[in-house]
Amino acid sequence: MRRGTTVSLLLDLFTCVFVAAGAFFFLAGSVGLLRFPDAYTRLHALTKADNLGLALIALGLMPQVGGALAALKLVLVWLLVLLSGAAVSQLIARAARRRDSRP
Amino acid sequence: MADYLLWVAFFVLAMVVLGLVRVARGPGYADRMMAAQLLGSGAIAVLLLVGAATGEAAVVDVALTLALLAAFTSIAFVKFAADKERPAVEGEEGA
Repeated sequence: MRRGTTVSLLLDLFTCVFVAAGAFFFLAGSVGLLRFPDAYTRLHALTKADNLGLALIALGLMPQVGGALAALKLVLVWLLVLLSGAAVSQLIARAARRRDSRP
Repeated sequence: MADYLLWVAFFVLAMVVLGLVRVARGPGYADRMMAAQLLGSGAIAVLLLVGAATGEAAVVDVALTLALLAAFTSIAFVKFAADKERPAVEGEEGA
């Protein structure tokens, strides 16, 4: 019983650390989106918030959802966001480049 | 733990709102699209956090749907911006 409480305490600590790290990446992404000078550097900041922030939050929440299947679902959400984020960032960068290269 | 997760969700939501300033200020379509992209992924993170905090498993399904919809929104935005800017480019080439 004592060991069980220790493990659950450790899992809670794991959640706290990873979720806080994910929230920090969202902070960094927002600040970068506001402060960086041009579209490409802003995209750089945004993708960090998208991929790493959401990844760390999903990873941190995995012990809290109760069950391997629910945890797997979190990974699936993250993978979907990762895939669509990669495609969309590429499209946005191409649109920005087309705008910038217009005479 | 639930309180902590809800506070983090509130913080992420505040960050997304901060990022929305770029929608108002952004000089081009690309910058506005980026803020919309941040809104999508931030909302997914908030939904996951709220789902874990309240123990409501269905919220994760909402997050999954939102992930799909956010991708379609951004792609529609890009198509719109490309169509909007194409006539000017072709006009330049024709001249």
